[in-house]
Amino acid sequence: MFAYVLRRLLYAIPILVGVNLLTFALFFVVNTPDDMARLQLGAKHVTPEAIERWKVEHGYDKPLLLNTRATGSAQLTDTLFFQRSAAMFAFQFGKGDDGRDIGNEIQTRMGPSLAIALPVFVIGLLVNITFALLMVFFRATYLDLWGVVLCVVLMSISGLFYIIAGQYFIAKLWNLLPISGYAGGIHGLKFILLPVLVSVVAGIGSGSRWYRTIFLEEIGKDYVRTARAKGLSEIRVLFRHVLKNGMIPILTGAVVVLPLLFMGSLITESFFGIPGLGSYTIDAIQAQDFSVVRAMVFLGSFLYIVGLILTDISYSWVDPRVRLQ
Amino acid sequence: MSLVTSHFVPVLLWTDALIFMLLIVSLAAVWWIRRHAHLRAPWAAVARRPMAMGAALVLAVFVVIGLLDSLHYRERLDDSPPDRPQYSVEVLSVFDALAGRLRTQQEKTYSAPLAMHLYAKEFTERDGATVRDYPRLKYGGAHLKQADEYVPDIVRRILVGLLQGLAGSLLLFGLLAAWQARHERMRLGGWLSAWATGHLGWPGRTVVIVLTLMLILGAVMARLAAGYHVFGTDKVGQDVLYISLKSIRTGLVIGTLTTLVTLPLAIVLGIAAGYFRGWVDDVIQYVYTVLNSIPGVLLIAAAVLIVQVAIEAHPDLFDTAAARADVRLLALCVIMGVTSWTSLARLLRGESLKLRTLDYVEAARAFGVSHARIISRHIFPNVFHLVLIAIVLDFSGLVLAEAVLSYVGVGVDPAMYSWGNMINGARLELAREPVVWWQLGAAFVFMFTLVLAANLFADGVRDAFDPRLEERR
Repeated sequence: MFAYVLRRLLYAIPILVGVNLLTFALFFVVNTPDDMARLQLGAKHVTPEAIERWKVEHGYDKPLLLNTRATGSAQLTDTLFFQRSAAMFAFQFGKGDDGRDIGNEIQTRMGPSLAIALPVFVIGLLVNITFALLMVFFRATYLDLWGVVLCVVLMSISGLFYIIAGQYFIAKLWNLLPISGYAGGIHGLKFILLPVLVSVVAGIGSGSRWYRTIFLEEIGKDYVRTARAKGLSEIRVLFRHVLKNGMIPILTGAVVVLPLLFMGSLITESFFGIPGLGSYTIDAIQAQDFSVVRAMVFLGSFLYIVGLILTDISYSWVDPRVRLQ
Repeated sequence: MSLVTSHFVPVLLWTDALIFMLLIVSLAAVWWIRRHAHLRAPWAAVARRPMAMGAALVLAVFVVIGLLDSLHYRERLDDSPPDRPQYSVEVLSVFDALAGRLRTQQEKTYSAPLAMHLYAKEFTERDGATVRDYPRLKYGGAHLKQADEYVPDIVRRILVGLLQGLAGSLLLFGLLAAWQARHERMRLGGWLSAWATGHLGWPGRTVVIVLTLMLILGAVMARLAAGYHVFGTDKVGQDVLYISLKSIRTGLVIGTLTTLVTLPLAIVLGIAAGYFRGWVDDVIQYVYTVLNSIPGVLLIAAAVLIVQVAIEAHPDLFDTAAARADVRLLALCVIMGVTSWTSLARLLRGESLKLRTLDYVEAARAFGVSHARIISRHIFPNVFHLVLIAIVLDFSGLVLAEAVLSYVGVGVDPAMYSWGNMINGARLELAREPVVWWQLGAAFVFMFTLVLAANLFADGVRDAFDPRLEERR
């Protein structure tokens, strides 16, 4: 087990290197620091001196890959690639265009992101499984048919409308909860309720429809027929057998997104003014702050790979037939 | 010099060319499928599903509007000399010409749906005194002299539209019944009773009901739009119905052209990885794991920002604003395609891995059949259903993604008509008092209709093509 995890971690390194090279190519080679400076300075103030000054201020005044003016190992280390790209492996993200340390920002913003994303994940899972089980219980009846149609209808509504409708009706019209904002601790609960509610409702359509297919696949298997033949009640078959076995693909499918919860949701956080990583990213995109975007790309892929490894481990954990070698 | 100088010059935008290429390919595919019984069978199964057929009709309306909106031209300027004609910088489409007044009747600012007054108060002269009141609209309800004519006029227009729609659908239904009865060699009464009881072999009732509803809706809308702004006007006074209809093309382009980019990558790389295995498989798997591990929105955002920089650096390449917006739209499709081929490729890889061990593939290899031939004759036809299911399932997701990306600021050009831009602009409108809800509402209605129809159609296609589901039935 330990050897397996270690090997998977080693296997993750080339992938992170690939991500790193790709982002380096996108942000430094295709789109040079000169372009960045021009974009940030705006059309009016572009002079060669201003560009140079901007590059010095933001630490982009070095050669890309090889510093011919330096000596020894500094030829390789005193470059943009080493200092801005390779440094990410040590989680050294440098400073954003606003001068703040990106690593610090990530640490302080992870909490609020998690405060929204974790309840959404857990409650969403419970709600979707409940709806899916209900539809499976009433399978091949009109209740099931219209349940599926309702799911497709819910799926066809853009997530933006759920947020806008939730904010408008619940917060503005009925004044039940604040429209947006965030506070730590127990006082922050009222700010969290609305985004969580909206995100859970927005996910019901696709979630419960997907789980319904998983349960239906399970219910056609032989062991379920045996259980029924033993004379077990339908409820018991559903909860003791179908739910338990159906949870394997559901949980292992959910594990992969678990680490990504730290990243938060771009849209939800920006609409509700949550100071998490999602709104940090969206602000960076809108301000065209490339160093923050690069840091988030790296962090995102790192968390995704962690998720993949966790998925493999959870497979062997819930299903003893799977052996990790 | 010819005496007849043309009044317009056709404009072929990049996305137009690709759309019509796609249309030609689809028509060729239809012709091909019709000639082969084994390809026809699953489509016939789709055609037997009421939900899928109803959805297909709705989609067809959207597609026709989108195609009409893809035939672009530029009008000749009236005052330009005939020997050296100059053309307007504004790129119009056949749809614009058909929409006519919808495009040109621009008010001053916001007005509510079907309103005859502006949304904002203004100082106006009345009976010699200056009063602050809601002024009348320039076009919406301008034919009414008195305010009390308003309700009867609206009711009259709705009723006339209703009757016209009904009459049109009755006429169509009559023609359909006569033609079908003749075609099936049945008596007209026999066909009608078969239709009414649902024994036609195809969902005749659903088709007729959906057609009737659409005709009535279209006729009522057309009646109302002739005198009012059905969905109101936006901040600069443009008709929201017109904006919503123009956005259809953007949604369709994103939903289809992205797939056009995805398919070659996914098919070639997916099948190659599964069929050749070894180092080819390792390389391809490595590439897609890297691409997959980058959060999609971020990769798209990064690429779009870069394209934006490139477009801004070369303003001389584009002669009109429409051409610039179009290139950005195309770039968005390419970027979304490059980031989204991985899931289909993984699916195709797995399927090819299974297929290559089958006896007939092994036999072909033993006979010395070339790899290219094995793949094209034995592997590709057997994974094609997966490709097709992926195309229809992805479409609605892509249309929804456009709205989110435009909100983030990395979607289509801000000047382009799109539902994402409408929603984005509507955020501030909701904070106004009284609320300006109609732009958001219109975007919701149009987007929801298209995505719901696409989802229902996709369900029908998946159920008909997925062999796994076939076994369960």
